Amino acid sequence: MTSPALSLFNAPFAALAIPGPTFLERAPLELRDWFVHLFPAPAQWLVHHLITIVAVLAVFGLFFAFLTIAERKLLGRLQNRLGPNRTGPFGFMQPFADAIKALTKEDVVPAAADKLLHFLAPVIVCSFALMTFAVLPFGRHLIPLELDAAVLYFFAAGAATELAIFMAGWSSRNKYSLLAAMRALAQLISYELPLLLTVVPVVMLTGTLSTQNIVLAQGGWWHGVIPHWHVFTPWGFAGFLIFLVAALAETNRSPFDSPEAESELIAGHLTEYSGFKYALFFMAEYFGMTALCGLGVTLFLGGWQAPSVYLQFIPSYVWFGLKLIAMILLLIWIRGTLLRLRIDQLMRLSWKLLVPLALINLLNAAFWFQAGELGGAFAIARWPVSIGLAVLPFIAFGRRLGRGLGPRTYRYAP
Amino acid sequence: MLSLSLIAALILTSAAVALSLRNLIHSALVLIVTWLGVSAFYLWAGAEFVGFAQILLYVGAISMVVLFAVLLTRRSMDEARVQPSSLRRVIAAVLAGGALAGVLAGAVLSTRFLPGAGRPPEINVRQIGLQLMGPHAASLLLVGVLLTVALIGATVIASSFERDDVSSDPDPRARSRGRLPSNSGDSHV
Amino acid sequence: MLGSGILKGLAVTAKNFVGSYRSPERMVTVEYPEQRLPIPEAYRNFPFLVTENAEDPMGTLRCVACQICEKECPPQCIYIEKSKDKKPDATGKMQIYPAVFEIDTSVCMSCQICVEVCPFDAIKMDQVFEIAAGDRFTDLLLKREQLAKPNSYFHQIRPTEAEEVDTRLAAERKAAEEKAKAAAAAAAAKAAAAKAAATAAPTTKTADAPSADAPKPPPAA
Repeated sequence: MTSPALSLFNAPFAALAIPGPTFLERAPLELRDWFVHLFPAPAQWLVHHLITIVAVLAVFGLFFAFLTIAERKLLGRLQNRLGPNRTGPFGFMQPFADAIKALTKEDVVPAAADKLLHFLAPVIVCSFALMTFAVLPFGRHLIPLELDAAVLYFFAAGAATELAIFMAGWSSRNKYSLLAAMRALAQLISYELPLLLTVVPVVMLTGTLSTQNIVLAQGGWWHGVIPHWHVFTPWGFAGFLIFLVAALAETNRSPFDSPEAESELIAGHLTEYSGFKYALFFMAEYFGMTALCGLGVTLFLGGWQAPSVYLQFIPSYVWFGLKLIAMILLLIWIRGTLLRLRIDQLMRLSWKLLVPLALINLLNAAFWFQAGELGGAFAIARWPVSIGLAVLPFIAFGRRLGRGLGPRTYRYAP
Repeated sequence: MLSLSLIAALILTSAAVALSLRNLIHSALVLIVTWLGVSAFYLWAGAEFVGFAQILLYVGAISMVVLFAVLLTRRSMDEARVQPSSLRRVIAAVLAGGALAGVLAGAVLSTRFLPGAGRPPEINVRQIGLQLMGPHAASLLLVGVLLTVALIGATVIASSFERDDVSSDPDPRARSRGRLPSNSGDSHV
Repeated sequence: MLGSGILKGLAVTAKNFVGSYRSPERMVTVEYPEQRLPIPEAYRNFPFLVTENAEDPMGTLRCVACQICEKECPPQCIYIEKSKDKKPDATGKMQIYPAVFEIDTSVCMSCQICVEVCPFDAIKMDQVFEIAAGDRFTDLLLKREQLAKPNSYFHQIRPTEAEEVDTRLAAERKAAEEKAKAAAAAAAAKAAAAKAAATAAPTTKTADAPSADAPKPPPAA
């Protein structure tokens, strides 16, 4: 059976024709091939895919584990605290202790709950969050699934999060869970728009939805040091910032973590979840954050491309990992700094600032592309114009956003 | 052919289950499985773009619209009551179903099926975009206008709802009672 | 401009981050089991029984099992059984002593009423707080032996109050001794007078009138 769908599920790691791949660059593939050849020929196809899945699960599972401890320690340092330091050396065994705790906790399901949906919600949210990793190009040859519509696939898999949140809120049979789920959905839907609108310029300029091709389009350096990443163009920089804010909101990270605000809402739609189901939601949140950061790296920060032509001897997957970690550290830094937004402020930020800015950014990118096509003087003149197109709307809309919301004056009862 | 049959079976079964379920939320959720089946069909046919767009739009957005609509309308939590079938209902059902079947049959019969095209043509985003903006620009604009009208209509309905209440009902308690659509009856939300 | 506040905030936290490694005095945390903050002198939690001599805690309890604290205790967490016999206390006087003295710390609310009512300064508030135990029925029910702590310990945890108590007790003892001496002298005088003037009228008995300034142990009879 040679249906086209088979090619979809059969796509091996992209083996792009790059001249002279170094040994380190090919090392993961060689390792995989060696392992696959240990099995009889009929099973090799299956083993090939299983090993890809297992590798992604293991790498990002461990990454998640150490991300939690890194986040807690970093948040501590940002607030002049020490952070967890009791379990193992410097507290680095804390995630495993937490996992054991979550596994051994009692799983309480409300008597009136819709048992099936209550069970399915964390499963769906976690599995779909993991599915988004399939299209991220981790290295020059490392991409689990090479798709032509990879960016669409990423957001399609991410769309299931909303469904899972609704299921979690509704199946709990708790008014507050349902209300919180509605709030969370309103937030997710509002921020999905600017998120998608910042992806559109990238797709428009590269003319492809394939993540690997988007990364390849960002190859090359000016004078060997300044890379051709999208973030180093005016529209790309503005787009990256909007993407960052929208990604924070999409993954329920602080300052947009009102859906599950621990102190105010007792975890919102997760109120009725306990034990490992709660941990699954927690995991899904971190997987989603990692995946969105990976997409941000892919779209704006040049993916696995080295920042300089002289640094290419370092394998591409190391660069991807470093950029991913840097971006996640930035998110943690933001979490340690900013206050939680109220739901109306959050909505206003999206609809009155991010969406118009993202639309203008789309025009900006189109202008940049057309001016670049014309070449000559236009290629130089496009810089000031494009910077102006990025900065001026920001100032104007920023002024409007804050109008009438000056410093709050407190009045006390006499 | 086996995978196509499986996908078709999934679509038909889930659609039938969605119709027969009494709990509206459950049937909306099963409907999502149907949409997923449709997108699986697109993927089977090699139309990646349409397949993933289908998931993104239907599973991500339309499902939310359906669920919100179900939740915000009256008696959403009650199971839909089975009303005794009357002759009028049967006739209406036959007419509606017959009309749909007629349209579908006409479409199927009038389509010329190409013999096994093998691999689908390589279509990239640029071509899809040019197609949408060129030959199909009119329909795209129409869809846009339709959505805008729907959005404005929803805003008008939502805003007039509140103003009506304020002007006609001086009693604030009555107002709040009027604004929350009869959720006081059922204790289990 | 919009966003400048965010950048300022990020700078503040970045300073915190670097500063937490460079200057330990910024840290607000105390690593509790290893590091401890000094407990304020006025801190009080759970009563203990004062003994005069650390060598022989059971023999030198100040408590004479008068059971006032047992009666006054609002949650009724004190249980006392009087001894049948008498033993000499720290000063050598023969006293009843508590054969059983138990405080249930799972019930005790640290109200300090037992301390207020004790006429002998025998029970005082402690400063312990790490009393976690595996079994609340046995481990939290403190026996006489666990409750008895020497006066030196009291001096250590609350020097001012201990000093005060000691001077007062010393003064009372001195007064009691003088009174006893005076009573003995008076009794001798009385006996002499009675012997000398068998025919004379009875004298006034002023020596037995109690002094009004402080409650004190009844004079040795």
